[in-house]
Amino acid sequence: MAKRHDLHKILILGSGPITIGQAAEFDYAATQACQALHEEGYETVLVNSDPDTIMTDPGVADRTYVEPLTFEFIAQILRKELPDAILPTMGGQNGLNLTMELANSGILEELQIELLGTNLAAMSQTEDHELFKNLMHKLQQPLPASRSLHNLKEAFQFAQQIGYPVIIRPAATTGGLGGGIAHNKKELQPLVRSALKQSPIKQVLLEDSIAGQKEIEFEVMRDHLDNALVVCEMENFDPVGIHAGDSIVFAPTQTLSDRETQRLRDASLQIVRALKIEGDCSIHFAIDPKTGNYEILAVNPRVSRSSALASKATGYPVATVATKAAIGMALDEIPMPLTDKTSAAFEPSLDYVACKLPRWPFDQFARANRHLGPQMKAIGEVMAVGRDVEEALLKAIRSLELGPDIFHPDRIEKASDGQIIEQLIHPQDDRLFYLFEALRRGYQPDELSELTKIDFFFLDKMAHLVAIEQDLKAHPDDHDTLWEAKRNGFSDRAIAYWWHEQPDAVRQFRISEQIKPVYKGIDLSAGEFPPETPYYYSTYEMENESQPSDLPAVIVLGSGPTRIGQGIGFDYTTVHCLRAIQKAGYAAIVINNNPEMVSTDFAVVNKLYFEPLTVEDVLNVVELEQPAGVIVQFGGQTAQQLAAPLAKHGVKILGTPVTAQKMIRNRDAFSKIIRQLQLLQPDEQIATSVEAAEAVADKMQYPVLVRRPDDRLGDQALMIAYQKEELHGYLSDHYQVAADKPVLITQYVTGKEYEMDAISDSQNVMVPGILEHIEKAGVHSGDSMAVYPPQGLSTDMQEQLTKDTQKLAVALHCQGMLNVKWIVHDQQAAVIAVNLNASRTVPFLSKVTHLPLTQIATQVILGASLLELTKVEDVKPHSVGVHVKAPVFSFTKLAKVDSMLGPEMKSTGEVMGSDLELDKALYKAFEAAHLHLPRFGNILFTVADPDKKRARSLADRFHEIGYQIYATAGTAQYFQKHGVPVHIVRKTHEATPNILTAIRDGQVQGVINTMHEDGTTTSAGFRIREAAVQAGVPLLTSLETTDALLRVMEERSFATRPL
Amino acid sequence: MKRYLILEDGSVFPGRSFGAPLTTTGEIVFTTGMTGYQETITDPSHNGQIIAFTNPQIGNVGINRADYESIKPTCKGVVVRSLDYHPHHHETTMSLDAFLKQEGIPGIEGVDTRALTRRIRTEGAMKASLVDAADEHAFDQLKALVMPKDQVQQVATTKPYPSPADGHRVVVIDLGLKHGLLKMLAHYNCNVTVLPYKTDAKKIFALAPDGVLLSNGPGNPHDIHGVAEMIQAVEGKIPVFAIGLGHELFAMANGAATYKMKFGHHGFNHPVREIATGRIDFTAQNHGYAVDPASINNDQLLVTHIETNDKTIEGLRHRLYPAFSVQFDPEGTPGPHDAIHLFDEFMEMIDAFNLQKQRRQV
Repeated sequence: MAKRHDLHKILILGSGPITIGQAAEFDYAATQACQALHEEGYETVLVNSDPDTIMTDPGVADRTYVEPLTFEFIAQILRKELPDAILPTMGGQNGLNLTMELANSGILEELQIELLGTNLAAMSQTEDHELFKNLMHKLQQPLPASRSLHNLKEAFQFAQQIGYPVIIRPAATTGGLGGGIAHNKKELQPLVRSALKQSPIKQVLLEDSIAGQKEIEFEVMRDHLDNALVVCEMENFDPVGIHAGDSIVFAPTQTLSDRETQRLRDASLQIVRALKIEGDCSIHFAIDPKTGNYEILAVNPRVSRSSALASKATGYPVATVATKAAIGMALDEIPMPLTDKTSAAFEPSLDYVACKLPRWPFDQFARANRHLGPQMKAIGEVMAVGRDVEEALLKAIRSLELGPDIFHPDRIEKASDGQIIEQLIHPQDDRLFYLFEALRRGYQPDELSELTKIDFFFLDKMAHLVAIEQDLKAHPDDHDTLWEAKRNGFSDRAIAYWWHEQPDAVRQFRISEQIKPVYKGIDLSAGEFPPETPYYYSTYEMENESQPSDLPAVIVLGSGPTRIGQGIGFDYTTVHCLRAIQKAGYAAIVINNNPEMVSTDFAVVNKLYFEPLTVEDVLNVVELEQPAGVIVQFGGQTAQQLAAPLAKHGVKILGTPVTAQKMIRNRDAFSKIIRQLQLLQPDEQIATSVEAAEAVADKMQYPVLVRRPDDRLGDQALMIAYQKEELHGYLSDHYQVAADKPVLITQYVTGKEYEMDAISDSQNVMVPGILEHIEKAGVHSGDSMAVYPPQGLSTDMQEQLTKDTQKLAVALHCQGMLNVKWIVHDQQAAVIAVNLNASRTVPFLSKVTHLPLTQIATQVILGASLLELTKVEDVKPHSVGVHVKAPVFSFTKLAKVDSMLGPEMKSTGEVMGSDLELDKALYKAFEAAHLHLPRFGNILFTVADPDKKRARSLADRFHEIGYQIYATAGTAQYFQKHGVPVHIVRKTHEATPNILTAIRDGQVQGVINTMHEDGTTTSAGFRIREAAVQAGVPLLTSLETTDALLRVMEERSFATRPL
Repeated sequence: MKRYLILEDGSVFPGRSFGAPLTTTGEIVFTTGMTGYQETITDPSHNGQIIAFTNPQIGNVGINRADYESIKPTCKGVVVRSLDYHPHHHETTMSLDAFLKQEGIPGIEGVDTRALTRRIRTEGAMKASLVDAADEHAFDQLKALVMPKDQVQQVATTKPYPSPADGHRVVVIDLGLKHGLLKMLAHYNCNVTVLPYKTDAKKIFALAPDGVLLSNGPGNPHDIHGVAEMIQAVEGKIPVFAIGLGHELFAMANGAATYKMKFGHHGFNHPVREIATGRIDFTAQNHGYAVDPASINNDQLLVTHIETNDKTIEGLRHRLYPAFSVQFDPEGTPGPHDAIHLFDEFMEMIDAFNLQKQRRQV
């Protein structure tokens, strides 16, 4: 049977903004889904709120709505579009939850809209723990003892019955949100409370803890004829108890016998058949290593993070096939991309090992609770491919970009044995490195396995790597040792460390010894069929398969793992750059290592090298491919920081010269240019001691910004000091300023911040638009809400900023993209940051101006003149209405992270709200970001002294629309004095009921808190914010954001006044 | 110890020695199965072959007492990329290295097995040796080597033996059968008698079985004499199910021809479509010969299964008699259990045939 002809129009739900637990993998999925439906001739309608995605690009779906993923908006779109069906399986857990909400409301039935892929029953059976239990019982599939509960009393009873420890899992959340392990009654109570709060269906599962067993994931595909297959079998390095998203994962499985594997396969196929899923499903198993017995941990009846990993680890395009299966195609009717030999009715066979490592945001959130458990904390991931476990692991480690010293971090080397054991038993994100250190100190793999429950197999492989380190130490400049080390994944840099040499010296020696990498294909079939997929990884073996392309090639460096500040937007720009390269007649080659991304889909490029983004790995590819040049502008920091070292090795960097990058990083040189162009910049001065810094600050007057002196990107300001004590504390305790560690003190100008992205061919400059930030300067631009077009900037000023940006671009010899941030105060504009690369606002700006900015920039980088381009292409922005970009945060997933916005970026994703008027656009942005205040209720103010005056007028306005105002004594007194009626609540340190209980017990519906971040987790400000985040109460830390939200609420309410 | 894998076409693959430190020769084949190296190595169908594993990590779970497919492995060598010398699994009794030493089978590790696979894919299965020196002498010897033709004789039983139970009486003709096949029949509670492949029809009739199962086995079906004649005598009178080499002989008994495939099917991700229903099973396969589609006599045989990628015939059914065959190993071991339902079909075929017989007698 072929595809269905009774369907014509299909709506695809995206997953919304990137948050922890729901990342770029769904952009990859939904993009594939749209393309797959298009290929089969269906009309597609896509809804997603994240403008940084490829899926929301023109041309991906027939019609794209960048609108909030809420019932209100989806229902409106359904009524307008009247699709025949919804494909809900590409939008992650959000997509499924929304679909269930739609189904329960009756609108799908009313409009006769069908669900494709996963039916409603399957959704309920996998979401509702009781239904799930019933189904597994019917299938005779074993589960850990568990019960779903709705209150605390039941929880205590059941925990008593099965015995501690127990695992707490809120039903129907993503990334294990709100989950935890309780070892006793005391731990159980808060966990169950918060889990109930987090679960959209107010249900919590209590489960017998089987922590310590092996965790295995099977990725399964089924079609409507009941044909089913296993795409990929993956094994978690970390045992059950650590969320799979936070686990190191290897594909294929390594420690199972065939009998065990086939048992899991049988179970997987039985389950996917029972659920009647037409598409993809992932199933998690726990295996008792002592008996080989298994239990089912979880079933995800949709495309998931592991689907993206499975796709990249095997070359099998899970989302494409799942989509085609959902429209009624049989697996053997679905052709595999780029091969004519096989259909999708094929189980990949791997002749390599793929290793996934999670990337956590703890380099950004140094004070966060880094312990790993059932709740996912990683924000991104890398994958690396090698011919064995050792090689894959080491390549993955260096893909993480944790710095040159990560293999031997000081603090780990200095740790006592006791500290190391502690770290092994209570794992944090860096346990892997403690394991290496323990092995170096002579701990044996079996001892470590006993301690950590990590399978002996993996620890034995790590011990092998440590043995190679010893060999390296003992045999400097030895051919055989070098070959062995390279074959096992050691980088030149790691070898240089043991040989006490420079990485370049190792490189030269290696090349002189004829030890060079080869590239092998990833082709689904372990070499059985001729490879047609241009998908390669490096290894040290006999035969090289990758032949340099016939066309002149351009290599694009991707953006590596998703991090805070380096999100999916750089995947967007990378993909567009690749397209433009292809259009210009070159072979587009990408090097990247993030399995979640569209840019690591071999179908979008001429050639994909799935490799770490280090100088060594990039140089190796460059040497083989001999490209016309390398483009680094679109891969964020990861790519940019490689530009200079690559250029030093003679690699041609296309676009803006590397020297220009150097210039903007040099404070004096940059200031000189600013002076020459007669522009302004805030006062700044370097200090090498606390006293000097204080003197500088006194002269400039507080507040001041504290920055690293080598940072010209303006992205990494360390803090804002409002008074001497804060500056003193920070510089002496945290930063430890010294002669060799100077600090840059910058005047903190309070004004409106504007941001411009521009394209320059070094003579002509195109400025597609100006973004106006809503929050005052000082909140990181990535965390600010921004509006396009600017609302509070005169035409004169707009023209001036445009001209000045153009002047800067020319003066800096910019060829490609640049981003300039301005601060405007009293009709004076000062430059606060310049970035000679595509910035994170490019996708948003591309969406709102309807201009393919990245593609234009790429053409310029490849040598086109902007004047010529403007002749043939329409490059005027076409924008209707107002567009608001709003940040989205993942604070609920990260304990002990201060949610106060400040100079350090904290958001993980973003959304866009567009409408004809600002207020409506703002409303949509807030809705899309799930920052929703009810129409009436109680709002709590705790604000810093300088903010009190402005806060009072906001409180007044809240009261006007029907809110009661709550405040602690200080703020309350001020409000009362100025005529705002207010309820006083006790402070954090006072007896209960106090402000914290008011938040926890749901007494207030919103919290406005501007008490400064002081770097501790004990301050009142921190505890109030933490309570709000944990209780799921909307929290606003900026009065500007509050003002914007109020505008929206005022717009939607009536003024009621007594006569 | 440095070792070399040399191929008939002159290629040399260096590596390190493991297992028995012997020089060996055989036919080089690659298998793409990712698990179950113990079952693969002990599968009698690999008699005379040097097995290269495409999965680079081999030996991880060692050798256990439960997963033997024969009492003594008769493959000639094992080629891997990365060998695990410290296996760790709750069932492990010894390492693969120790096992091959014990069994006198040489191995080579550290080989670029992907390059080797690509070589075999383009050049076809060929003769190969594991040697200590890849010199002219070694190649001369390899070229001069004549591959044996008595593989079935080497691995199959020479004496009948029973495996009693109280279900259907099934005669298994041992052409090099895997223990998995017997385990499967035990699962169905069959009362099994295993017979040497040279058993003639008369002796089979004397046992009055409910069904005859022809097993898998190694080598070229043309080298086996007498079995086709036995099949011709038995089919129609007793339900027949034939697997692997048995399937090839069943085809030949009914007028079809077989041919040697370029590099065969060795692995267990081979999708097989049942033509009548469209059902796709992923099957464990291990065959270097196949039935020629052009040679099928449509009056006698019906093609029931094909491999979806290269359209190889994977299953046949007799048009008149209760007899069918599959080229793959429906029992898995190692590999998926997707096609286990074929044993149900065999049992149902026996039941239906017995019922018919009873009716006729009434």
